[in-house]
Amino acid sequence: MAKNTDSNTYTVLFATGMVLVVGTLLAFLASSLKEKIAENKRIEKQQNILYAMGVNENEEGSLAFVAKENVESEFSKYITKQVVIEGEKVTENNEAYLIDLKKEAASAKVASYTRKLPLFVGNKEGKEFYIVPMRGKGLWDAIWGYVALDNQLVVQGVYFDHAGETPGLGSNIKERYFMDDFIGEHILDGDTFKGITAAKGNSDPKNVDKTDFEVDAIAGATITGDGLSAMLKKDLKMYLPYLKTLKK
Amino acid sequence: MGLLSKKDAKLITDPLADNNPITLQVLGICSALAITAELKASIVMSVAVLFVLGLGNVVISLMRNIIPSKIRIIVQLIVVATLVIIVDLVLKAFAYELSKTLSVFVGLIITNCIIMGRFEAFALANGPWKSFLDGIGNSLGYAVILIIIGFFRELLGSGTLLGFKVLGDPIEKTGVYAFGYENNGFMLLAPMALITVGIIIWVQRYKNQDLIEEN
Repeated sequence: MAKNTDSNTYTVLFATGMVLVVGTLLAFLASSLKEKIAENKRIEKQQNILYAMGVNENEEGSLAFVAKENVESEFSKYITKQVVIEGEKVTENNEAYLIDLKKEAASAKVASYTRKLPLFVGNKEGKEFYIVPMRGKGLWDAIWGYVALDNQLVVQGVYFDHAGETPGLGSNIKERYFMDDFIGEHILDGDTFKGITAAKGNSDPKNVDKTDFEVDAIAGATITGDGLSAMLKKDLKMYLPYLKTLKK
Repeated sequence: MGLLSKKDAKLITDPLADNNPITLQVLGICSALAITAELKASIVMSVAVLFVLGLGNVVISLMRNIIPSKIRIIVQLIVVATLVIIVDLVLKAFAYELSKTLSVFVGLIITNCIIMGRFEAFALANGPWKSFLDGIGNSLGYAVILIIIGFFRELLGSGTLLGFKVLGDPIEKTGVYAFGYENNGFMLLAPMALITVGIIIWVQRYKNQDLIEEN
């Protein structure tokens, strides 16, 4: 076969052709699947929020969300109110869970912008839950989560997730054994805000002491754990003025 | 083998042991260190690589006569990246839960040097069927090592296998922990993965001394 594939013209033409073909293919695929993907993400958000307040299908040791088919009805059943906090102003908004925390955080860098803080109020068997969404940085990429508090600001459940933490190490923040440790933890010491720290060298590995503001960190995932602690401190603090009005 | 000729079968069996991509070709070490803290992650990564390498080798092999040699590496990179993105998008739309498990691995697959290494060394010079077998063989060879490392790291580092507490509960002090055994947290860190790879290489060359390079 005549090898004319070395000429510059051919190389340039080939590169152009390849870029066009691949670009078109991916663009077509991405735009045709966009709606389905967005819908999946919306369902996942609802599942995560419900998970944090204890509405899930967990069995001993396993982690399971409310089934995809039921999530819509379960969400409207258990989440009684969604509010948006803007400074002093608190408004009800049934689409608060769709607020993009990343965009809000970016807009809030402008001093004149009042950040919209979504908060979900849930009710399960007569007990009120206040679910705070949050977003922070792990080792490689974003981490985010939902923390459900009762009206005494004691943690009732959490759900954490991540975009790209190391498999087997940082990615374990979304495992039961890590998340379950948060249940019952306090975030306030009297009136001072302490947050919760994923602590190494924790002298309380069974997590019996619920008022030490610490949970046991994951071995080999120091930066992810630090990022998670920072996220909890920073984002819970923003909600604190409002949350304190609930505490009687 | 009825289906495969002797030569073709060798393409699959060779990389499993005597021409293993990790221990002999020294390809794909980075991911072997990064994601083997747990057996499950090792298995998921192996399956993902099997898929991408098998398919990618065929695509590159089909294009081998029209790829300009000056930009062949870039072309290979585009092929891998495109394949991985297509898989990722389709999974996100139709198997969202699975895509959540795999999302972390997407970036790791693209940069996995086994894939580029096999494209460059094999698919560019051989037909699609052979390239496909070579891709499958090499990813299985990769899988074997990953699973061995993942097995030992998870067992000795966390005392679990696939998340099951096979050695008992370290906090409640049951099973072997009752006798004072402790998990070796060092196994969870990358240096011990490298040492585990080293031990595998040592054992393999001891068993088959033809593999020892002369210098």
